[in-house]
Amino acid sequence: MRSVRRSESSALTRRLRSVAIEFWLPVLIVVLWWFASARADLVFYPPLAEIVQRFGEQWLSERFFTDVVPSLRNMLVGYAFSCLVGVGMGVVVAQVRVVRHAVEPLVHFLRSIPPVALVPLAILVLGFGADMKMVIIAFSAVFSTLIATLDGVRAADPLLGEVTKVYRISGRDRLFKVTLPAAAPQILGGLQVSLQIAFVVMITSEMLASTEGIGYLTILAQQTFAITDMWAGMLLLGVLGYLFNLLFTLAERRVLRWHIGMRAQATTR
Amino acid sequence: MTEVVAEPNTPERTEQRLVVDELRKTYGAGVEAKTVLDGLSFDVRSGEFVCVVGPSGAGKTTLLKCLAGLLPPTSGTSYLDDTPIDGPPEKLALVFQEYTRSLMPWLTVAKNVTLPLVNKGVSKHEMRKRAEEALDAVGLTDVPGKYPWQLSGGMQQRVAIARALAYQPEVLLMDEPFASVDAQTRFELEDLALSVRERFGITVVLVTHDIDEAVYLADRVVVLGASPCQVREIIDVDLRGPRDQVETKAQRRFTELRSRVFELIRAR
Repeated sequence: MRSVRRSESSALTRRLRSVAIEFWLPVLIVVLWWFASARADLVFYPPLAEIVQRFGEQWLSERFFTDVVPSLRNMLVGYAFSCLVGVGMGVVVAQVRVVRHAVEPLVHFLRSIPPVALVPLAILVLGFGADMKMVIIAFSAVFSTLIATLDGVRAADPLLGEVTKVYRISGRDRLFKVTLPAAAPQILGGLQVSLQIAFVVMITSEMLASTEGIGYLTILAQQTFAITDMWAGMLLLGVLGYLFNLLFTLAERRVLRWHIGMRAQATTR
Repeated sequence: MTEVVAEPNTPERTEQRLVVDELRKTYGAGVEAKTVLDGLSFDVRSGEFVCVVGPSGAGKTTLLKCLAGLLPPTSGTSYLDDTPIDGPPEKLALVFQEYTRSLMPWLTVAKNVTLPLVNKGVSKHEMRKRAEEALDAVGLTDVPGKYPWQLSGGMQQRVAIARALAYQPEVLLMDEPFASVDAQTRFELEDLALSVRERFGITVVLVTHDIDEAVYLADRVVVLGASPCQVREIIDVDLRGPRDQVETKAQRRFTELRSRVFELIRAR
């Protein structure tokens, strides 16, 4: 009993220590930034205190609904679409050899086109609206997920295939209870890269062709020499990027609990 | 003690549960062709425990995969209850040697055991009952919520056996099921295999390269020769009394049978 309690308290200490190790540097940088910029009189580097103030005024106002929400909506719709298509196509392509050979070179070609290079064409075909952004986000983000799913499904242990055949597990059960879980570690890796790409493409598409959104306001601020607003925009993008990644990691830890546990087991044995 | 209990109204021929008829398997073609199974024939009676023993690399696993309907033979046929096996039969389960790879690490023990029953017209209640019974039969009643990788090797193989039992097969195929566990666990699992045969009245075909194991477990031993493999001989195991790791293996007859199998395998 006592040993259980002790191990619990030591787990808490460990956790606190790891949080401390993770955060001391970012906190230090922010503090240094705050004081170093406070009295500086540089046009391009306004005081952090002002940036934070503008951040509040600019983003935590009606702008949140007219610019932040549409940006996030475009990104999430585009990302969701790329997830579905990437995983769905990956599973199908991986399992049909003929399709795989036919499709793989094309996939590798398409994914090596920088997404931003497609914006001019997208504007011509789809205009400046939200549709264009969702499409270009989805298109850019799909390949990482698609390729990761392909690899994950193909790398699955062939013995699992024999198990499903012997026990006549087929269709949806095989897909959701065997094929996808077996490939899940790779698929989630692909989904994470796709998320980062979706975020980057959301911003750049707004910077290149838009009249609303976080990216648009940030580039507009730069072009009109509203330097503090530009910094506020960059700060928001940084915070959002961090939050997306954090949420993703939490979800991944939940989905892959078995995988993490299994790996921990293997290393302690 | 080991009376064969024939069900009433059962036609004579269903005595033969599994029939292997001139089974031949060749991999590749032309000069590259390699014959692994060279016309195997034997049969397995209902409720019987048959061990197939042969040297490593003789094609025992190929044979089992043909019987499980995972691999089409090049020629010849095997029958389960007079029906030719051309795909995995409904009434057949297979326990693989590699327990760590044949269980789903993302499912708990209970979910692994019931996985083959999902969407097969088995009710939730019935599923739970079968899982409980199967886990009870393999002596694992206290781990249904654990994951396979949290268990020892021997326990994982018990889970794999429980999964096969919950599927309620008529024929249970086992591919070197105890080859990757330590000696003590191996003896326990051997006795477990005997007890589940008794409890569920299923027919068991177990492939092994271990002669002692084959003689200890089997009612009959099918001895295979080296590659390309043929049936060398089928030996009736006439040992006294219920099998016991100490008593049975001390019988003179056990030693004789063992030597006989060994000679057959070694013969060119």
